[in-house]
Amino acid sequence: MFNLLWLVPAIPYFSFVILAVFGKRMPRSLSGLLGVGSVGISAVISVLIGIQFMSSPPAGDFFMQKLWTWMGVGNFQPEIAFHLDALSLLMMLVVTVVGFLIHLYSWEFMEDDEGFSRFFAYMNLFVGSMLTLVLANNLVLLYLGWEGVGLCSYLLIGFWYKDSENGAAARKAFIVTRVGDTAMAIGLFLLFWNLGTLDIQEILNSASMQWETGSGLALAVGLLLLGGAVGKSAQLPLQVWLPDAMAGPSPVSALIHAATMVTAGVYLIARTHVIFDLAPIAQTVVAIVGAATLLIAGFSALKQHDIKRVLAYSTISQIGYMFLALGVGAYSAAMFHFMTHAFFKALLFLGAGALIMCLHHEHNMFKMGGMRKQLPLTFWTFLIGSGALAAVPLITAGFYSKDLILWRAWTSDSGSPILWLAGIVGAFITAVYTFRMVFVTFFGKAKMQANHRPGARISLPLVVLAVLALIGGFVEMPHTLGHFAPFSKFMHSVLPEVHGAHLSISIELLFQIIAVVITLTGILTAYIFYYRKPELAENMAKSGFGSALGRFFYSGWGFDWFYYKFIVGPFVWIARVNKKDIIDFIYTIMAMICQIFNFVFRQTQNGRIRFYAAGIAFGAVIIVAIVMFT
Amino acid sequence: MDSSILTILTFLPILGVILIWLTGKENHSMIKIIAWAVTFIDFVLSLYIYFNFDAAESGFQFVYNVPWISHFGIQYAVGIDGISLWLVILTTFLGWLAVWSSWTAVKDRLKGYMVSLLILQTGMLGVFVSMDLFLFYVFWEVMLIPMYFLIGIWGGPRKIYATIKFVLFTMLGSLLMLVAILFIYFKSGGTTFSILELTRFCVTLPVSTQMWLFAAFGLAFAIKVPMFPFHTWLPDAHVQAPTAGSVILAGVLLKMGTYGFLRFCIPMFPQAFEQFIPAISVLAVIGIIYGALVAMVQKDVKSLVAFSSVSHMGFIMLGLTALNMQGMQGSILQMLNHGISTGALFMIVGMIYERRHTRMIAEFGGVFKSMPIWSTFFIIVALSSIGLPFTNGFVGEFLILTGTFGVAPVYAILGATGVILAACYMLWMIKRVLFGELTKDENKNLTDLKLFEKLVLVPFIIMIFWIGIYPSTFLNPMKTSVEKLIGDVTKYVKHTDIENEAEAFIPYNPHEPQTEEHADVRH
Repeated sequence: MFNLLWLVPAIPYFSFVILAVFGKRMPRSLSGLLGVGSVGISAVISVLIGIQFMSSPPAGDFFMQKLWTWMGVGNFQPEIAFHLDALSLLMMLVVTVVGFLIHLYSWEFMEDDEGFSRFFAYMNLFVGSMLTLVLANNLVLLYLGWEGVGLCSYLLIGFWYKDSENGAAARKAFIVTRVGDTAMAIGLFLLFWNLGTLDIQEILNSASMQWETGSGLALAVGLLLLGGAVGKSAQLPLQVWLPDAMAGPSPVSALIHAATMVTAGVYLIARTHVIFDLAPIAQTVVAIVGAATLLIAGFSALKQHDIKRVLAYSTISQIGYMFLALGVGAYSAAMFHFMTHAFFKALLFLGAGALIMCLHHEHNMFKMGGMRKQLPLTFWTFLIGSGALAAVPLITAGFYSKDLILWRAWTSDSGSPILWLAGIVGAFITAVYTFRMVFVTFFGKAKMQANHRPGARISLPLVVLAVLALIGGFVEMPHTLGHFAPFSKFMHSVLPEVHGAHLSISIELLFQIIAVVITLTGILTAYIFYYRKPELAENMAKSGFGSALGRFFYSGWGFDWFYYKFIVGPFVWIARVNKKDIIDFIYTIMAMICQIFNFVFRQTQNGRIRFYAAGIAFGAVIIVAIVMFT
Repeated sequence: MDSSILTILTFLPILGVILIWLTGKENHSMIKIIAWAVTFIDFVLSLYIYFNFDAAESGFQFVYNVPWISHFGIQYAVGIDGISLWLVILTTFLGWLAVWSSWTAVKDRLKGYMVSLLILQTGMLGVFVSMDLFLFYVFWEVMLIPMYFLIGIWGGPRKIYATIKFVLFTMLGSLLMLVAILFIYFKSGGTTFSILELTRFCVTLPVSTQMWLFAAFGLAFAIKVPMFPFHTWLPDAHVQAPTAGSVILAGVLLKMGTYGFLRFCIPMFPQAFEQFIPAISVLAVIGIIYGALVAMVQKDVKSLVAFSSVSHMGFIMLGLTALNMQGMQGSILQMLNHGISTGALFMIVGMIYERRHTRMIAEFGGVFKSMPIWSTFFIIVALSSIGLPFTNGFVGEFLILTGTFGVAPVYAILGATGVILAACYMLWMIKRVLFGELTKDENKNLTDLKLFEKLVLVPFIIMIFWIGIYPSTFLNPMKTSVEKLIGDVTKYVKHTDIENEAEAFIPYNPHEPQTEEHADVRH
């Protein structure tokens, strides 16, 4: 079974090629079948491989499959080879299974779009690239997948290309993430010249042997990799592209900008965790980036009125939690939250997409209202997703993963009360903005009429994801609930255990109670402000300070303004000034000087005998003078 | 066959010229068929060379050597090694497709046009296969004439300005090079022009002499590359040249410059090269960033591509200065890549120009709707130009930057910013040309690519992905030659990075017993 591993990324790639070349001439049903089916087959193979991996693990807990040497120059020998271990297996399963559900959903969602086959071509290319990213056994191949998903993100954000706004958003996403990618590429060069390899396992082995904890090299590499991770995962200071990326179709947001691609940064850091263990400063930076991002994005989400932008900021914020977990060394907690987040955030985006589709492409949730009655299935699934996002205790998956992160943020050796505080404040804000969205959209008076109800291909993924968002957390129970933890046990073949004080169960229980109270208070706040007494929220927004703060949050803390003013603006200005290429001016002047001489000397050739005679006489005098006086 | 193949390859286009000469002036289809067939056979011949090329041999192969002007020791000597192999194939490949792309574009004075293209091809091939310095110089100058006519006769509105600028720049460099060639010839005793023997002689010259000679050769090549600040002839020449002229100019002629560095400057004057490395690297990096910045604000697609060439050629020069396997092989591969990607870009731009008679970015917008196939080709080629993985550009740039980072991290980091800038200007242009609403009526009725146009572009696309996915085909044959070059040069360079390299890191040994600490991390 393991030998089929290469098929998992290869099938979507293959289907991409077919769709790209013949898509135009294919009937829609066939392109749909091919686009959805290819990811479906990949998902089936992944699940079978997963079952075999868990029932009879390969030697050393990993499986390696080499296809060919990509570019062999000197000792630089990156291969096209796949490495399957617990971490990449988890990623592979999420990408293919959630990916399949989203593809199925898209089949109906995009049915009437003129770019139907183009859409599935890009989506399949994305799945293939993402699988390459997570299965790569060396960093160059990982980088390939990394750039590949970036490309698909670019193509899919700008999918509705007729609106030039979408094109601008796509370009922004690509360029901002490429800033991070370049940092990562430099990190790769540094690794190669110091360890002589870019094979991930070899790097991890030799780094831990050759570098001491706290070494400058480890710090530099760690920070450069972090640069790549913040770009792709939309963390501070490169988070600005994700809210704009919502210009793409909703399934794209669900697949790329929620469940899979944006968590690539989390995967990268977990994958190269040894380097971060060796560089405590870099690790602390990861935690701080995560904590700061989760707060900033959370506050921004509070003021959005486009339902997808709320979810976008919420994604940034939730990935902030994952970075926080990585930063305190709780790698498997980060991966756990990645998994649950993939379930509930994909669900929320798909739900939002269903709403938008049934409501004539309306994005503004303040124009919706009362959708609970009109679209019951969407409502219930969306409610489950929201519950998981807000971490409603015990019954939702989000509760278990977020709780674990909060717990580790304080108790891990590299954790601190401040990080925990940021997390708990973030949890409150999360609950508020999530249920603000739920109350505004689904409760109150209906302001719009839905034109139809979603069909089976949309409903099925919603239901499946809702189930996963409920039960997905049961694979990792805290000590207070019996400590049934197969997830972290499985991950420990790749990711180390958290180093931290062993505290008693009662303390853990206390922390959990605080978290639960905070969440419920947040939901209650949303209930009061956006359902019971909406005038309270309106009054607050009208006050001078309130409206200024509101605008500040709405604009995402002014990052766009800042970047435009201080980076893009000056840059474009310099380029504009030099449009004519100033260097050419030098040559033009040279040519002009020649022409001036030409003009001057031309005057001497005027055809007048007297002038020539005078010239000869004058010249003769000078020559005689020179001869006489020297 | 083996000893005469390079001669046949080089002069086959001249046979085509004779055949075209015999054809009637108005018989356009016959002229086109002859040119097409000749360049195609030339391409096939170059593939024959590839299949019979011995990758393990580092020296010249298919060597043919007869006295030409024996009084001065001038020989007709041709040969090919791993460095020139791909450039020869690139030349025949682009030469063939350039003829093809002119099928409908050129109607005026077709006979002269095709003759120019064919003579140009002989000149270019001659430059790459010459093993005699005099012969090399002859071909080098021969090349200039057909290009002069191609731009001057079939060019755009400012063609005279552009050709004169092109010729003046090139001539200035060539003349200094001629002086240097004659100096070496007489200094070495005036018996031979053989490149191999003169190389053996030149490396013994004192460093101060080498510096002057390097400068004289280097200027000629730097203008051809073109390196910043000698690049300003390029945008003018490109904008005015007809499509096939631009393709050949960007695809092959610019490579003459970098090839010159590889074949002459670096092996002949290694110590001088060492002294010049900082200057070349700085100019290369400036070129990368400067070219990209200027490209960003161009209004004409062709001049955008021209400035992007300045940026990309900067990468190639940067890789050469690294003087290690990654940098050098990356550079040679990138020469190939640039020829393919930029050649394809010029063809694509030519196709829209034929339809709309303009290349101004502002005149377009939303073209994806009316010409989806053309747009798809455009996007793929643009992405390969900005170095996306699985396309050729990535492999080249990544190797160059890896190599450079090993010896000069700062230059590599600065060069890497060029990768970001490339994304900026290319995607911005793509967005403005292809995406958005179709506003102009002229763009609504554009017809998409015809079959033959697709057929012209498909080989480029195949090469883009082939090099991107399986570059070993291209890297392996050049390996031993590059190794030899680096070995020869580093003999004379005091500070050798190659030797330090071995000590700089301890290669990982998988058979080593695992330490305690390490076992801890894994489980």
